[in-house]
Amino acid sequence: MGAQIRVYRQKIASTTSMQKIFKAMELIAASRIGKARTRVAASLPYSNAITRAVSAVASQSEIDHPLTTEPEQIRRAAAVIMTSDRGLAGSYSAGVLKQGEALNELLREEGKEVKTYLVGRKGQAYYDFRNRSVERVWTGGTDAPEFETAREIGKALLDDFNTAYEDGGVDEIHIVYTRFKSMVIQEPAVIRLLPLEVVEEEAQSSAEFLPLYEYEPEPEKVLDALLPRYIESRIFAAMLQAAASELAARQRAMKAAGDNATDLIKKYTRLRNNARQAEITQELSEIVAGADALSAS
Amino acid sequence: MANELEVEIVAADHFVWSGAAKMVKARTSDGEIGILPGHSPVLAILAEGGLAIEPVSGSRIEVSVDGGFFSVDNNRVVIVADNAKVTSDAPAGTR
Repeated sequence: MGAQIRVYRQKIASTTSMQKIFKAMELIAASRIGKARTRVAASLPYSNAITRAVSAVASQSEIDHPLTTEPEQIRRAAAVIMTSDRGLAGSYSAGVLKQGEALNELLREEGKEVKTYLVGRKGQAYYDFRNRSVERVWTGGTDAPEFETAREIGKALLDDFNTAYEDGGVDEIHIVYTRFKSMVIQEPAVIRLLPLEVVEEEAQSSAEFLPLYEYEPEPEKVLDALLPRYIESRIFAAMLQAAASELAARQRAMKAAGDNATDLIKKYTRLRNNARQAEITQELSEIVAGADALSAS
Repeated sequence: MANELEVEIVAADHFVWSGAAKMVKARTSDGEIGILPGHSPVLAILAEGGLAIEPVSGSRIEVSVDGGFFSVDNNRVVIVADNAKVTSDAPAGTR
């Protein structure tokens, strides 16, 4: 009997210490979400300005820029999958990876080869475990992305895109990330980055005409300089959204874990009290029985 | 027609400056360009270097950029810089 109480005590102690960790992680995630969301908001003016400019150039001047024209045949596609560096975020990484798998399958069905680029250690672990080849991995700082990383990814993708198929280049690029809709809803999403379909993300009133710009230097050069920036900004925006989603998912997962820990502690406390009471009752009846036996003799 | 420019400078991950200005001077890959109110729409690539803004009130603001582009339309100047740093003090309109 005494052993049982000890077991319960140990369980309560370990669950309590876990609960503390969950609580701490929840608070950390909660405090960082605000910052992540501010960063999403702070990157908006830049991406809006770039999107506007790119749409203006692309829609007005009929330029056949390699980045905007659809290749006749798409034989190889690149997929960038944005996962997290660390776990304990519920189904966050699993959701993105699942979406990635679906995209993979879809592309293969269309007869395209798929080159995979990964962001985040969780994705790397997933692919390594399955012995799948990965083109390139970026890890570190998925919960607070740096623009430098986005630039690096953009550059690597553009280089690949500008390489011919025969030399291992790709014809189209997709990004799989988690869209941050609200604190409670984050959903995995796929966007096609290249070839470009210039879309205004924020629906602007059609009354607002894009003015006829003069270009300096030539429109081609302007587009040359704009497109990499546009891509970088799209990637960066996706990374920021993914970071905010990661933190939100982590907060939610940790909250659930903390609540479960509280329930467990309660349950174990009850069981411990039961066991203690049983022990006392048994001791009492033993004493009484003993006394009875003595007096009877 | 309004005779001031509405200027907005944004960098990749943050907002840099916005306010009303009388003139904007920038360096493009072809040379310097000065924008006054009423300028025709332009989309140009910025060269590395400094650009200057003459605000409606207050002293001249100098911003150094690594590159980027800017667009002008309807007296609205949007400067999109890769790495913008305000080099001289900008008391008015700074956010």
